[in-house]
Amino acid sequence: MNNILNHIGIENYIFLSVILFCIGVFGVLYRRNAIIVFMSIEIMLNAVNLLFVAFSTYHQDAQGQVFVFFSMAVAAAEVAVGLAILVSIFRNLGSITIDNLKNLKG
Amino acid sequence: MNTLIAIIGLGVLCLLFEIFNLRKAIVPITILGLLGVLGLTISEFNSTESYYNNMIVVSKFSSTFSSLFIVLTIFLVALGHNFYENHQSKISDYIAIKIFLLAGAVAMVSFGNLAMFFLGIEVLSIALYILAASDRMNLKSNEAGMKYFLMGSFASGIILFGICLIYGAMGSFDVTEISELSQSAELPVWFPIGIVLVTIGMLFKVAAVPFHFWAPDVYEGSPALTTALMSTLAKVVAMASLYKLLSVMNADVSESFKMVVVIIAMASMTVGNIMALRQTNVKRMLAFSGVSHAGFMLMTLLSLSTSAGSLLYYASAYSLSGIAAFSVILYVCKNRDNEDIVNFHGLGKTNPLLAAILTAALLSMAGIPIFAGFFAKLVLFSQTIQAGYLALVIVAVVNSIISVGYYFKLILAMYTKEPNEERKGTPVIIYAVAVIAIVLNIALGLFPSLVLDLLA
Repeated sequence: MNNILNHIGIENYIFLSVILFCIGVFGVLYRRNAIIVFMSIEIMLNAVNLLFVAFSTYHQDAQGQVFVFFSMAVAAAEVAVGLAILVSIFRNLGSITIDNLKNLKG
Repeated sequence: MNTLIAIIGLGVLCLLFEIFNLRKAIVPITILGLLGVLGLTISEFNSTESYYNNMIVVSKFSSTFSSLFIVLTIFLVALGHNFYENHQSKISDYIAIKIFLLAGAVAMVSFGNLAMFFLGIEVLSIALYILAASDRMNLKSNEAGMKYFLMGSFASGIILFGICLIYGAMGSFDVTEISELSQSAELPVWFPIGIVLVTIGMLFKVAAVPFHFWAPDVYEGSPALTTALMSTLAKVVAMASLYKLLSVMNADVSESFKMVVVIIAMASMTVGNIMALRQTNVKRMLAFSGVSHAGFMLMTLLSLSTSAGSLLYYASAYSLSGIAAFSVILYVCKNRDNEDIVNFHGLGKTNPLLAAILTAALLSMAGIPIFAGFFAKLVLFSQTIQAGYLALVIVAVVNSIISVGYYFKLILAMYTKEPNEERKGTPVIIYAVAVIAIVLNIALGLFPSLVLDLLA
């Protein structure tokens, strides 16, 4: 395992994760469909998970891999709540476009 | 540690009450249980122990802040008795979610490992998303929940990325190891980037400028009791854990970091107060007032080693007056679809006691003497001057004066305008919560050393 990391280098893993993370951030900021926004949030979290595993191998330390399990469980719980909110919005509004949510202003 | 286990046990018990059909008894039993947990926390005051391979570290800091959170939760659960009157079938869910939220809050101030910190913040945030959207049929509440969910999970992603970079730099999640390693000279560049990302994520949660834009919308749309929870408990929790995190990482050694904190604090106070001046919805007004109070609390980050006591004092003064103010708002705006300032017209004539309590709470937030808010600001300002940030203190004093403007707008509406309709019913529990909160606030103002010496 460590051999591969020596060949590729930890920096490249960091660059890959940062690129994936930024794709997620831009998805959250620019897409208007709520489901795609949720997917973008998942991309952000999974980019971080990838980096956790890379660092874990880099340090020869299992803690990072254990953390990934925590963050996966948390992400699942989070999306479950988010989808529940989305369902109740769809029932009231009949659409899942975020732009339609503009009752609150001042 | 025992605090955390007892709180989670209490939360499970709340869910079980639903099965045994004891919904009527749930609020009193939960309050009794929380009082027991409070006693347990106070009995552990002077011990410093770590549990489960340093996952949880109980210290003076964690037990004092946990006690504050428990007191706030007791008030919020008590207010729930009246607020959820028409939703009796779901009351055990609402109360249980609040108790689990408290468990997340306690984990956030007593973490000894960044994994525990992350789990704590997620438990707290997920519970808050549910509470914000809990009025299912109301589109405003749905919208508030959705906005809070998107902002919150975005911020969680940033925090997670920060934790990951800190782990990459240090090779450990344990805060004592990180604290020792961070004093060595040679550190990868990932470490400061990680600290900055975690700080940005936490500033989202405390709603400091420039990360405050979600706060007014979410505060306005959520059910009033959830707004009370967000503006008191959630804000104080986020601030306390940001303080603990930064003091563990020794972030205050860097001058540029301090400069950023000064600018964010100034911007939060000014933007929060100026935006609050033009609000007519009381919840939105208190949201912006919360943004400016976050700015004040950020001042404690400038002298990390000495200011734990003043952060605790400011946090308790602010949150107690927030609870008193919101209990009056709950009374006035019950069964109404908005919280416009018009609803408060003539409250001084129809209900002098609650009007006086709201006035006292607002005066405490504005920083008028005998209320705790004044002494909190006094201690904070003198500490910041000693740390050598005179310009920041001048901005803060000017902002306290501006803030009097919008607090008095509400006070004048209560005493000089004619009442538009009679309100019936005297919910004893709202009176009790409001009176106890404001009496505690005044007691803190008369004896500041009670709290300040706890963490000296």
